[in-house]
Amino acid sequence: MWGLDATGWDAVQLSLKVALVATVATLPVALWLAWLLARRSFFGKSALNALVHLPLVLPPVVTGYALLVLFGRSGPLGQFFDTVFGLEFAFRWTGAALAAAVMALPLMVRAIRLAIEAVDPKLEAAAATLGAPKASVFTTITLPLILPGILAGVVMGFAKALGEFGATITFVASIPGETQTIPSAIYSLLQVPGQESAAARLVLCAALLAIAAVFLSEWLARRIAQRISGA
Amino acid sequence: MSLEANIQHRFGDFSLDLNLEPSAGVTALFGRSGSGKSTVINVLNGLLRPDHGTVTLDGVTLLNDQINVPPHKRRMGCVFQDARLFPHLNVAQNLDYGTRFAKQNSDISRAQVIELLGLNALLNRRPSTLSGGEKQRVAIGRALLSAPRMLLMDEPLAALDAPRKAEILPYLERLKTDTGLPIIYVSHSMDEIARLADNIVILRDGRATTQGPIFDVLSDPKNIPMLGVREAGALVRAKVISHGADGISTLSIGAETLDLPGVDATVGSIVRLRILAQDIILALDAPTGLSAMNVLPVTITSIQDGSGPGAAIQLNAGGEHLLARVTSRSVERMGLKPQMTCYAIVKAMAVAPEAIGHG
Repeated sequence: MWGLDATGWDAVQLSLKVALVATVATLPVALWLAWLLARRSFFGKSALNALVHLPLVLPPVVTGYALLVLFGRSGPLGQFFDTVFGLEFAFRWTGAALAAAVMALPLMVRAIRLAIEAVDPKLEAAAATLGAPKASVFTTITLPLILPGILAGVVMGFAKALGEFGATITFVASIPGETQTIPSAIYSLLQVPGQESAAARLVLCAALLAIAAVFLSEWLARRIAQRISGA
Repeated sequence: MSLEANIQHRFGDFSLDLNLEPSAGVTALFGRSGSGKSTVINVLNGLLRPDHGTVTLDGVTLLNDQINVPPHKRRMGCVFQDARLFPHLNVAQNLDYGTRFAKQNSDISRAQVIELLGLNALLNRRPSTLSGGEKQRVAIGRALLSAPRMLLMDEPLAALDAPRKAEILPYLERLKTDTGLPIIYVSHSMDEIARLADNIVILRDGRATTQGPIFDVLSDPKNIPMLGVREAGALVRAKVISHGADGISTLSIGAETLDLPGVDATVGSIVRLRILAQDIILALDAPTGLSAMNVLPVTITSIQDGSGPGAAIQLNAGGEHLLARVTSRSVERMGLKPQMTCYAIVKAMAVAPEAIGHG
């Protein structure tokens, strides 16, 4: 399809899987962190804020190296997840998803946090006086009102996850069919003379995916805006 | 209903220290901005925990040093100055919001609320398309349908212009008589309070300086400094006797009659009039050749010298109290003394039709 060979097609499928898993798994975490940072005050808040944003400012290779040290086979967290959940990250597609998730997290937290901060706490207070417990206030008032922010965060996170290269290749290398996502496949193809056209096809594929994601999110954003304002 | 609240709270330079025991009906909290009115409301509804305080409602403790019942379990229906309708829900969904959490039915049905507040045509609209007055009516309905034990209204009309206020006040009067729900009504507008309240608490710098039945408090000259000289004026009950073809209505106060422009009430009904102290002129003899139609024979019941050049005089007119404000110089020149009889002249146009309340 689209003139892609088996390796290229594997890369596209793997990229979609990795980006999708990374985004879906990060969303609840990002939502919780955004809520903590927007609505709570606690000791170490600015440290947490800095930690969340670290992958945004660090060179991706450094983030990949940190993941390798922490989640590698002999890394403390790597061993923990292996023994407790039987989940291995090193040189697996799950590791690529983890790298993509860590890189996408700050973008998602930022978008959602801004959306939460834009919700008037007085509306939440009014809901409480009408008998709504805290959890219901969140699901019936806060959540619907921040939906556009969540969508923006998800789109940015997904795009970041799809395009992640530095941390991924440092952490899980570029194993065709296992960890070779579109960006690392393009990179590998460009290392070999005569593979330019195969690389170009993947580049086109990546561009189409990105454009499709933008259109989908625009369409969703319009529908959500309609539901919120009723206009 | 019996609510008792004792609140001590301090933030920055401001300290709140008061004891409230509002009785049934509408209790107005009156005070300038910064007097602590909204803080009291937020302590009652649980949104603010004061430094110290106790709140009990019908014998159930909502707040003391150990207990702090969260807002969603207090069943205090709140109406805020800025309606706070949920923008992503339409009017019907806003109205029903509290119903799903209520463990018991409201005393008033959904259909009654919609009828009472005239919401039928608005049900499918979104808050963003409503006028300020419509928003406030929806907010009141939403609070009523959450099965509240009482209503807390925090400056519900303050953000509205005069025509919108005039549009909502009749709804509030109906709310009071139709539901019988105890209401705490916060306002800095004596016009609203005079129309609605049964009792009043005057707040000043975080203290409740005066509390009592509205008719007593407003006719007591001692309270003028608390109300402000321009706001001072007694509230009197009058009965509508007839409506003249020339647009002038005749009302009776005890044995005396009063002619006022177009009173919007049926013949035989009782209305409440607030006659500002500065709109009453006193005369020793019944004047003649005067444009003012209302000359009431009155007895002076007390004279209170103010801090400035004015004096407040309480009058008995046919069993109802009036309050007049004249200069101390006039008191001296006319030789006014308690128990003296004289004449109070009330200009008919001094009582605006929209300042007349029911009951």
